[in-house]
Amino acid sequence: MGKNNSLRRNRVLVWRETRAAYLFLLPALIFFLGFVIVPMFLCLFYSFFNYTMDDFSFVGLQNYIEMIHDVIFRKALVNTVIIVIVAVPTVTAFSLWVAAVIYRMHAFTRSFYRCVFYLPVVTGTVAVSVVWKWMFNKYTGLFNYVLTGVGVIDENINWLGNERTALACIILILFTTSIGQPIVLYVAALGNVDTALVEASEVDGATKFQSFWKVKWPSVMPTTLYILVITTINSFQCYALIQLLTSGGPNHATDTIMYYIYYEAFKLNRYGYGNAMGIFLALVIALFSLVQFKVTNSGKMD
Amino acid sequence: MKAQLKKISGYGIFANIVMIALAILMIFPLYWIVTGSFKDAAAINAAVPEWFPSNPIIDNYIRLFQKPALRWLWNTVFMAVMAMALTCITAAMAGYALAKKRFIGQAAIFSLFVCAMALPKQVVLIPLLKEMAFLGLHDTLWAVILPTVGWPFGVFLMKQFAEGIPGEMLEAARIDGAGEVRTFTTIVMPMIKPGIGALAIFTFISTWNDYFLQLIMLNASEVLTISLGIAKLQAEMATDYGLIMAGAAVAAVPIVTIFLMFQKYFTQGITLGAVKG
Repeated sequence: MGKNNSLRRNRVLVWRETRAAYLFLLPALIFFLGFVIVPMFLCLFYSFFNYTMDDFSFVGLQNYIEMIHDVIFRKALVNTVIIVIVAVPTVTAFSLWVAAVIYRMHAFTRSFYRCVFYLPVVTGTVAVSVVWKWMFNKYTGLFNYVLTGVGVIDENINWLGNERTALACIILILFTTSIGQPIVLYVAALGNVDTALVEASEVDGATKFQSFWKVKWPSVMPTTLYILVITTINSFQCYALIQLLTSGGPNHATDTIMYYIYYEAFKLNRYGYGNAMGIFLALVIALFSLVQFKVTNSGKMD
Repeated sequence: MKAQLKKISGYGIFANIVMIALAILMIFPLYWIVTGSFKDAAAINAAVPEWFPSNPIIDNYIRLFQKPALRWLWNTVFMAVMAMALTCITAAMAGYALAKKRFIGQAAIFSLFVCAMALPKQVVLIPLLKEMAFLGLHDTLWAVILPTVGWPFGVFLMKQFAEGIPGEMLEAARIDGAGEVRTFTTIVMPMIKPGIGALAIFTFISTWNDYFLQLIMLNASEVLTISLGIAKLQAEMATDYGLIMAGAAVAAVPIVTIFLMFQKYFTQGITLGAVKG
């Protein structure tokens, strides 16, 4: 009888705690469900419809089939994959190197560099792209001025208007606006590496490189994983730079999936088709994150 | 030993030179925006770049503020402050509940937050626009504010901070007869203050600088933000670099100043927001 009573009292306590917890969660949940979860489901739902300004009819997988056969979509997919394949490893490796150089510096110097590398992010994509647009300008731009000055190129190049150089320019800008966060994360992670371990390895005669590779690299592995995932997600969603600098041109040389979604949905009002591509992009990103997680984790086991 | 020392310092010099060169490259856009905003048309379009305005003018700013640039600024400030305040309140409450309460459905709700963060948020913009139109909020600043508040990063960050509150303190408050609300305002809030600072500055900066969401949601000229305003200037008066630079300066200088003032909190925020595994 007494046991029964305490069980009941326990249940009342759990119930009270649950009610309190949900009251605290309620405001955040309203925003989260209303403006993140519901649109995600709507996105999936609309992707099965021919949804335009004056039509809303169920078409099954038609949008997805069209997507596979869409030449511009394929080109956008290739461009996006190139951006990811180039940007993700370079951003990660480079920010690790910068962090390894600056994390032992004097606190003031370290925070100076950390701020400086964050500056392009804080300055804002729109403001930064104004300067880059000038730098790549054919007639008055800095790149042509410097490169013709030192004799690397003979005549001025229209960097953003040339099919062979436009995507590389976009990747370069993306790089400068992507390294800020990884550097901050790596500086923090390297600062947390057990110094006793590092010193022990150096006493045992390990070179700087060995102690980095054998001691520090495994310790910062969780940070590396996180950086790989966020950089991949960001690179896949590359949009603002394209819209501001090239509008996907010349001749679709800088079309990315995100830009093409925007173009189809908001310029041509083909919402259903845009959503189908959005679902595709979300699945690819989820898959990449999963694979990176697996690979990096199995590397840690060795 | 000596040779090794020499080798290390050789690498050190190399690394330092590269760092300084990169630092210049990173500062350059901001430098060019600010100096460019004081140049006249001849200086700005010179074939040989003028590294410092030889003949500084403020004409660009005068022309900028003849456009509704003050309106753009006000809209941006309103949007960023509202997003910041609402995010901090909702995330602090939710983060506390997830960290310190044991309740039915806890694991499911937390997983939902984590999974949503791994998905691309820009993908949902099409249905989001439809939703805002349905709610009658399209072309209002709320169409940008509400989805920003919904993004689960803040909840996540606040949970990390709230984990650090000792359970005994909450227990003691309860024994003293404090209700849930009073426990939250007198014990929890002061304890997670640094976290709220970090989240506030992070949300403010990212809302100020965000472009895509604003581009989709805001069309009418009376709701344009400073990002959209500059993009509009760039599209309509592509050759008037001085005016565009002045606009970029007005967008960038306040936010960079705020960043430099609060960078300690900001750094803390992105470091703690990164999950361990």
